[in-house]
Amino acid sequence: MQDAGDEGGLRQPLPPGWDEAVDLEADPAVVPDPAEVEVPPELRARIEELMAKYPDRHSAALPALGAAQDVHGWCSPEAMRQVAAVMQVTPAYLSSVATFYDMLRTEPSGRRYVYVCTSVSCHLSDAKSVFDAISGEARDQGLEGVEIREFECLGACDMAPMASVDGRYVGPLSEDDAPEIVSAMKEGRQVLPGRSLEDPGYGLPWPEHARPAVEETLHPDVSPAGGTVKDRDEEGLGK
Amino acid sequence: MSEVRILTEHMERDDLPQIGVYEELGGYKPLRKALVDLEPEEVLSQLEESGLRGRGGAGFSMGKKASFLPKGEMDKFICCNADESEPGAFKDRLLMQKNPHRLIEGCIIASIAAEANKGFIFIRGEYAHQADILDAAVAEAYERGYLGERILDSDHSFGLVVHRGQGAYICGEETALLDALEGKRGNPRLKPPFPANQGLYQGPTLINNVETLCCVPMIIERGVDWFRSMGTEQSTGPKIASVSGDVQRPGNYEIELGISVRDVIYGLAGGPPEGREVKCFFPGGSSAPILTADHLDLPFTYEAMADAGSMLGTASVIVVDDRQPLVPLALRLAEFYRHESCGKCVPCREGTNWTVKMLERIDSGEASPMDLEIMAQVQENIIGNCLCVLGDSMAMPIGSMIQHFRGEFEQHIAEARERNAREEAAAFSAGDLAAAVEAGPA
Repeated sequence: MQDAGDEGGLRQPLPPGWDEAVDLEADPAVVPDPAEVEVPPELRARIEELMAKYPDRHSAALPALGAAQDVHGWCSPEAMRQVAAVMQVTPAYLSSVATFYDMLRTEPSGRRYVYVCTSVSCHLSDAKSVFDAISGEARDQGLEGVEIREFECLGACDMAPMASVDGRYVGPLSEDDAPEIVSAMKEGRQVLPGRSLEDPGYGLPWPEHARPAVEETLHPDVSPAGGTVKDRDEEGLGK
Repeated sequence: MSEVRILTEHMERDDLPQIGVYEELGGYKPLRKALVDLEPEEVLSQLEESGLRGRGGAGFSMGKKASFLPKGEMDKFICCNADESEPGAFKDRLLMQKNPHRLIEGCIIASIAAEANKGFIFIRGEYAHQADILDAAVAEAYERGYLGERILDSDHSFGLVVHRGQGAYICGEETALLDALEGKRGNPRLKPPFPANQGLYQGPTLINNVETLCCVPMIIERGVDWFRSMGTEQSTGPKIASVSGDVQRPGNYEIELGISVRDVIYGLAGGPPEGREVKCFFPGGSSAPILTADHLDLPFTYEAMADAGSMLGTASVIVVDDRQPLVPLALRLAEFYRHESCGKCVPCREGTNWTVKMLERIDSGEASPMDLEIMAQVQENIIGNCLCVLGDSMAMPIGSMIQHFRGEFEQHIAEARERNAREEAAAFSAGDLAAAVEAGPA
């Protein structure tokens, strides 16, 4: 994606203001006073519910930041201040966490997302051109408020090349799907109905001819390729 | 060559995630057996005797790992590693989406063996749909009394929480997973102390992969001998192989370990597209050193893959066919590890970045054959020098690619240099030539 010299590839571009001087005289940000920070009631309730699940409230940091991101669209300074106030931790601690994880946005890059997997198996299926087609189409159609980025392996190599649209896995994709994906997102429709892993009856469109017979046995001590499995080992098959 | 249906049994039923259906098909009976008929030590010893090896990559004996936890009254934890992020792996996704209760039951039985009272399923944030299914299934299990205080009127209590990550490959490393679960950046920890002694919140912790835990109820239900009857002496039980890349039918195939790699790639997944041949393959996810077509007839087991210089890992076979150039693949692989390196250890943080830069130079024609030596040396300096194996996971496959296909890398370097030279010559116009002649020798 955004190539910035050495930082090319999948690295995030440096956030604006990273090279501005820091006020070394300022006091470090402290744990916010809960009375001073206004937190949307639903967000507060959600974070409190999360904290109650763990023996140590700090464990709720990741899901709490995720919840705040859902409300604010990204982990903005204000969002982190609100989480910090409810969790009673410093904003710096949350900032250290938020900058580590790929799904937490530290910039306002869009409330919705399209992650196009371009990792090894998808790379072999030319996922890069799918990504280029989707981002090109988004530019052409003027799609806004959507973070479109290459993403590392999404764990759906059987559907390669694929993408996650707000958590909905769709695939296998081709460049021709790009206009439909973008216009569906623009119009608020479901993206590629029937082609998501979550859809009932979803099946991969591979030719059935190679499909082997399934052996419905619970005591398979004989290898179907002939002989017992252990025999085959002793023969040192193929060595 | 064929599939078996053990872990994937009944998965054709869309209503299997409902607890009523799962119970009807015999679900939660193994838990009853483990709680009522067996002592915790017996549960533990059955897991040990079954020979079940961890399905998350390292292949360590699950029962042995559980036995390392200290005995006695203290806060002990179970963690299920569902942060499946290895390129090529997608088996846990299937298990959690189609049969979440088997995993939950496995966690509860493991907690009996380890005498733990609190458990977490750490699922990667990208698996939003699967996490929702697990959340619903956990709520059902609480409702029926399989989770919570005094399970089925026994003395054992166990609580389970589904914890969603936020996208970081490194959180699949067990100590990084613990840090992420404690709400920190997912940096691996120095070992020892191992998680079995000091893990989550400094308490003894048993960490297992989804597929490993899914095997647990079956071992309790059908017995150690049944489990050992599948696979080979050292690789027992069923295993889900995820096949992807250049094959006609990518997907999850449940097999007995010990069938040949050819059976997996050609028999089950249909082999490469018409007219193509297997050039190389990763037998266990992108972190496993590649093997070539010469290794196709090896048995697909932990030991045979290790003997051939690779590893079974997660049994995620990525097939590369003969039309794929290796340099872009190596570059893509290295970029993945550069992106996912947590940055804590220098050899990994810098080594992954250097490798990417060197591969970019090779691709752009700025490299000489000597760069291959330097690159191989960088890989050697990563392996074994970091807190975790993320750097090694890049170094080993890249090293193996150079080892098996050095000729192709050298050819890529030569061709890219020739291309550059031709382009330079073309840009050097006749006018430039006249000017150069006039200027005389430099």
